[in-house]
Amino acid sequence: MLTAILTGFIFSLLLVVAGKYIKGKAAILSALVPLGLFIYFLQFTRQISSGEIITKTYEWVPSLGVNLGFTLDGISLIFTLMITGIGFLVFAYTATYLKGHEYLDRFYGYLGIFMAAMLGVVLSDNIISLFIFWELTSISSFFLIGFNNKEKASRKSAVLALSITGIGGLLLLAGALILGNITGTYSISEMLLSKDLIAESSHYIIIVILIFGAAFTKSAQFPFHFWLPGAMKAPTPVSTYLHSATMVKAGVYLLMRFTPSLGNTELWNTTLITVGAITMVYAAIHTLFRTDLKGILAYSTIAALGILVFLIGLGTREAFVAACVFILVHALYKATLFLVTGIIDHETGTRDVTRLSGLRKVLLPVAIAGFLAAISNAGIPPSFGFIGKDLIYEATLHFGNTGVLLTALAIITNILLLYAGFLAGIKPFTGKLPQSFEKAHMPGFLMWIPPLILAILGITIGVFPSIVQDSLIQPAVTAMGQNGSEIQIKLWHGFNLILGLSAITIGVGLLIYFLFKPSLKLEKGIAKFDKIAPKSIVESIGYGFGQGSKKVTGLIQNGYLRYYVSVIILFLVLLTGYTLLQNTKYVIDYDSFSELTVYEVLTLLVMAVGILYTVFTRSRLAAVAAMGVVGLAISLIFVYYSAPDLAMTQFSIDTLTVILFVLVLYRLPKYLKLSDRKARIKDGILSVVFGSLITVLALEVLGEPQGSQITDFYAENAYVLAKGKNVVNVILVDFRGIDTFMEIAVLTIAAIGVFSLLKLRLTKKNRK
Amino acid sequence: MKTIILRTASNYLLPLLLLFSIFILLRGHYLPGGGFVGGLIASIAFVLHAFANGLENTKNLIKMHPGFLMPVGLLVAFLAGVSPALISNLPFMTGIWFPEPLAVIGMVGSALFFDIGVYLVVIGVSLTIIFTITESA
Amino acid sequence: MEFLLAILIGLLYASGLYMMLRRSLVKLIIGLILLGNGANLLIFLLGRITKGKPPIIPEESKFFLDAYADPVPQALILTAIVISFGLQSFAIVLIKRAYKVVKTDDLDQMNSTDEFS
Repeated sequence: MLTAILTGFIFSLLLVVAGKYIKGKAAILSALVPLGLFIYFLQFTRQISSGEIITKTYEWVPSLGVNLGFTLDGISLIFTLMITGIGFLVFAYTATYLKGHEYLDRFYGYLGIFMAAMLGVVLSDNIISLFIFWELTSISSFFLIGFNNKEKASRKSAVLALSITGIGGLLLLAGALILGNITGTYSISEMLLSKDLIAESSHYIIIVILIFGAAFTKSAQFPFHFWLPGAMKAPTPVSTYLHSATMVKAGVYLLMRFTPSLGNTELWNTTLITVGAITMVYAAIHTLFRTDLKGILAYSTIAALGILVFLIGLGTREAFVAACVFILVHALYKATLFLVTGIIDHETGTRDVTRLSGLRKVLLPVAIAGFLAAISNAGIPPSFGFIGKDLIYEATLHFGNTGVLLTALAIITNILLLYAGFLAGIKPFTGKLPQSFEKAHMPGFLMWIPPLILAILGITIGVFPSIVQDSLIQPAVTAMGQNGSEIQIKLWHGFNLILGLSAITIGVGLLIYFLFKPSLKLEKGIAKFDKIAPKSIVESIGYGFGQGSKKVTGLIQNGYLRYYVSVIILFLVLLTGYTLLQNTKYVIDYDSFSELTVYEVLTLLVMAVGILYTVFTRSRLAAVAAMGVVGLAISLIFVYYSAPDLAMTQFSIDTLTVILFVLVLYRLPKYLKLSDRKARIKDGILSVVFGSLITVLALEVLGEPQGSQITDFYAENAYVLAKGKNVVNVILVDFRGIDTFMEIAVLTIAAIGVFSLLKLRLTKKNRK
Repeated sequence: MKTIILRTASNYLLPLLLLFSIFILLRGHYLPGGGFVGGLIASIAFVLHAFANGLENTKNLIKMHPGFLMPVGLLVAFLAGVSPALISNLPFMTGIWFPEPLAVIGMVGSALFFDIGVYLVVIGVSLTIIFTITESA
Repeated sequence: MEFLLAILIGLLYASGLYMMLRRSLVKLIIGLILLGNGANLLIFLLGRITKGKPPIIPEESKFFLDAYADPVPQALILTAIVISFGLQSFAIVLIKRAYKVVKTDDLDQMNSTDEFS
């Protein structure tokens, strides 16, 4: 199974070298990859339908509990078949759609990565690896949306989509970590066993919110839906594949996957029903105001996703059956409509629904595909969509007290979806053919066959629902934690309330389609509300962040070194000073200190005078000399207090530093009196406070007991292990030899830096 | 600063100081001293010579650019570090010794060679810096 | 003695910081050196100072027989001293070049690269 997932990645990697061959006629060969995978997954159908669950575990990062565990159960199977099946058709379609495109190899590469990542999402049993694949789908989606990277709108949409879905991914990771913490495992199937533990945990609400955040952003639920219409900037195959059939359903998948372990609580169900209902109605109404075919389809996709979330929220067995069926229904008809739109766009150069008409005369097979898809979309018998719609009504009607209200919402949504489907699948083909489109001609068969296959499938399954009943739907519903009687999916239920509701839906939908005409005026009308739409809010928040950080940066990073230093020191003084004031004992144990001798006091005195002279002298040479004196005094202190090595080193370095300064100093200007009195006083106060703080700190530390095991270790082993008696030297060259090695390397770098700063510049000048 | 006395003295001081620096280097494992201090003393010796006789003369005396001492020293130190791994199959930087101590120096082992590497690098670094600055000053 | 030394360390820190806050490049470097010296002494002091007992194992013995000064801070400071020499020389040369290029040693006139537009 790992191989199956990796195939996509390997395929993309190969394209790096084999890319130029795929651009020509060989492009169609790339479709073999998803086809092979489709067949591979298809052969599991029998095992899965007999109730088996196939698992494979590979160790990845065992120390973190991250394994590559894969599970193929009913839910996964539906998704894998969709991913690979539609993937196959889209790969083939692309070969003609983007024929001769400069970056066709790149496009296939992204598609391959996406397919592999998406398979990873739906097959992962380990929630961490699920997260990684989840993020990979976001990233590949980012590249695909921004595929026309010369267009500003494309880039903007890509960034918007990535940021929204990326934030969702982070929420998922956070939720996963908390879940892992509570249950002690990152395996989703093992989490199932700790269902009660999770539900009773005080973190339950947070987990659910985080998982919802991930699912809603990915599946474009209100109020995170706005990235999806923007994502339609991508080439049509991408819209078909990622933003309609598969990737946007990853959120739905996540919800389905976690229903058994997290679901069936008030919070879970109510939130999903509410969000799903708002999304589906909101998006469905939006379709009325669009004239771009892809825009219409985008909103109807959002509405469909809303329906799915809504159904999962209902939480009944009937609802789950409806959800599983509707996933398939939607994938089939929506992919068809998108592909049809792509053909129309490709052949006529426009997607404006107000201008398109009569295309059946030139694009007959495409018109058939569009018509069949629209039928399925509308839920007109004998299509698969009809079954799906019936099941939805059945689920809502049987849902307790609010059933009537929910059914009403579902009916409204379905009416508008019917309108949208007809607009996209039928409207462009009916009526009179304008002259400008007469030149349009049939595209290559690779383009019109895939939508036709999907459309015909949509009808066939409608007539023979048993094809999917036991093989796909039953295992998926079982995997969602609903065992029970056998599921019976039938086209014909007899005359009952649901049939009546269906009839109403279709009737009103057709009425709207024939009476209501989409127009630019309406589209502009709704644009007025953009100001309060979530998209604008998010964008203005992003803009605000940008402006805010610009201001803050301008304030903090003002380019004056002094300013930076004072701010850092001020904070240090305030924070440390505050803590010190709170905890200082103010007791100094003079007895533990060593006695004062005359020559020590003299040394310190000399040093103090040297320091003050260095600071206050107006002559640079005097300052350097005084600094040298300070260094020598320090060297003397090292001598007094048993550090002969330090004394020698300090002495030598001091000598060299003074020499260095004297060498350079003559080339530098005299001190200028640059700062005014006020600044000096301010700096002086800060410095004195800082110095006093250090003094107090030192005295405080001296009051604490000292204990160093390292010292004892070195002292005991210096001779035994390293055969040396000067422990300082032994530490340097033996115990901490690697440190010393690094240090001399750093010194070398400094010397090379000095050399290159001075010499290399000079030679360049000489060359001039 | 090119006085006769200093110039004459520095001619004698240079070998003496160099000898002293090597002495400091070698005894480092037992008594105060070691590669750092030794290297610094040696550099001071050369700097003194340069002050008295002029940089050109000192450079002629050394013949090669002091910068070359840096990679050589790093290499010596590195080889001293890996020698246990190469010779006795011990971990990197384990100390190994010749069985018998030498007169004056004491036990000779990888640590001593490491210190010699440090010594060379320190001379190379300080002389490179000082010479470069003097030349372009 | 420790008491006086602590005060002196404070003085080193204070003067180092004060010099760093000046606008002259040369003063910046001098401040850096003073601060470095202060830090070295601070580590030395906090490792506890001991008179007349260097961390050298006496002859004819394999261990310390008596109290000894802590070798760990000494080793740390030794490297710090040498490294700071490298740092200082690099900084000095940098000043020199900067002065040559910008023709000023006023730090406030060297901030154009940092300005945020």
